[in-house]
Amino acid sequence: MLKSANFKPSRNQLENMGVATAGSGFTEQPQVPDQLCTKCPGCGKTIFTSDMRANLWMCPSCGYHFKYPARKHLLKICDENSFEEWDTGLRSTDFLHFPGYAVKLKSARLNSRENESVISGKAAIEGEPCAIFAMDSRFMMGSMGSVVGEKITRLFERATEERLPVIGFTLSGGARMQEGTTSLMQMAKTSGAVKYHSDAGLLYITVLTNPTTGGVTASFAMEGDILLSEPGALIGFAGPRVIEQTMRQKLPKGFQSAEFLLEKGFLDGIVPRPEQRKVLAQLLRLHRKEA
Amino acid sequence: MEAYKRIQLSRKSGRPTGLDFVNHVVTDFFEMHGDRRFADDPAIVAGVGRLCGKPITVIAQEKGHTMKERTFRNFGSPHPEGYRKALRLMKQAEKFGRPVLCFVDTSGAFCGTGAEERGQGLAIAENLCEMMTLKVPILTVFIGEGGSGGALALAVADQVWMLENAYYAVISPEGCASILWKDSKKVREASDSLRCVPEDLLELGLIERILPESDQDALWRTLPLELSEEFDALEAMTSEERCAKRYARFRKMGVFKE
Ligand SMILES: [Zn+2]
Repeated sequence: MLKSANFKPSRNQLENMGVATAGSGFTEQPQVPDQLCTKCPGCGKTIFTSDMRANLWMCPSCGYHFKYPARKHLLKICDENSFEEWDTGLRSTDFLHFPGYAVKLKSARLNSRENESVISGKAAIEGEPCAIFAMDSRFMMGSMGSVVGEKITRLFERATEERLPVIGFTLSGGARMQEGTTSLMQMAKTSGAVKYHSDAGLLYITVLTNPTTGGVTASFAMEGDILLSEPGALIGFAGPRVIEQTMRQKLPKGFQSAEFLLEKGFLDGIVPRPEQRKVLAQLLRLHRKEA
Repeated sequence: MEAYKRIQLSRKSGRPTGLDFVNHVVTDFFEMHGDRRFADDPAIVAGVGRLCGKPITVIAQEKGHTMKERTFRNFGSPHPEGYRKALRLMKQAEKFGRPVLCFVDTSGAFCGTGAEERGQGLAIAENLCEMMTLKVPILTVFIGEGGSGGALALAVADQVWMLENAYYAVISPEGCASILWKDSKKVREASDSLRCVPEDLLELGLIERILPESDQDALWRTLPLELSEEFDALEAMTSEERCAKRYARFRKMGVFKE
């Protein structure tokens, strides 16, 4: 069960030591350091970290959405005591003996206090039952290896069996290269599970959070019936630096932002954190099949 | 052979391209253009033809041979409209009940502004979903480079075969070296670590067959027969059985502790 008392403030000491780095394709944006004050990437103002955290991890001044720890996000979205976590026992292994992977896994676990970069389970939102998952940037930048693929697949299979809608908060730097081509196959595996859930007439809503890129964008993140996003989220297949290298030009400001995708027709809407619970509940109710 | 040498061979100019495979394997070929939404992507060649006499849909990533061709083909890196054309033809194959044969040879889906603006991620994701439940048999042959999601978008298949000097990787060894070790010179180490050559992939259970390519003429002779035989075996199943097996093929991929 999710209880706020179970959550201690995250300690990012490993990150500050430079031990835990992103295992995925893209550089991390400035993480919130464990300091009294934080510079907001949105407005540039120096804000109290505690104020930001108390404000759904948003800048009190401009509303910039900082990376929300997955468990905290779920706690805010789900009805109190309704979250039942699934598949907690799955652990990644360094089955390819990839240089540095075992150490990275260890520091990711320490840093995030999670077993993997996705948390999944069943919950209720304003009384509407659903299966739900959220991804955490502190675990190897939400990269997808075997465990993420398996947890997402199992979630959709179980949701299909129990005839539950699925809500997913995505965040990822892409497929986890330390598990080689097997990571790539998770894109197909999760997509298959999403397809069978969809073919059963069930609803899937994704909320894309900053950043959602690479193999996760090119699979389950984009496969929702309804695609929502947090304001300002970076969403793309390739990361901005890769595109700049390919095109040999600087990208315009806001390219690949949620607002840009909405304008291009790839999102249904942008929903800031204070409205997410209400909007998700509304959409769940609108798709409820009356018995 | 060292993995990096193998990757270099897979990229060597003069190597048969997707269109060469189409021309040697398929007769009576008629190319079909366009995704009916935005444009025609020359990085993917697709159409109908015959395999050992039977109608088939064939889809191939094409790099081109000469510099002029290679530029026209965008060096085999498809845009979203390429993947959408491929999906359009797969759905057409489903309608007319003919199998789908794909040839993969790409360093990756194109990473440019136009590709992003037109939904590269969505285009690949849609192919992954739709191919998983496509009612006709799908067989994919990797003939050179198998670069990440851009390759997978044509490889959600009942069987995946690879030429001896092909690779199939989650990221290019160059990308891996520069991201993980901030050192593009570590490309050899990255090539080994990614375990992306056919023998590794066969051992990991990610592909079904490796095709020797030392004798090119023999390959042109035997490949159509072997493909045709495999399609016959796949067509002996009902579409429900085949789709269930296809999903199970991917469902078992993944290594973890529980
Ligand atoms: Zn701000």
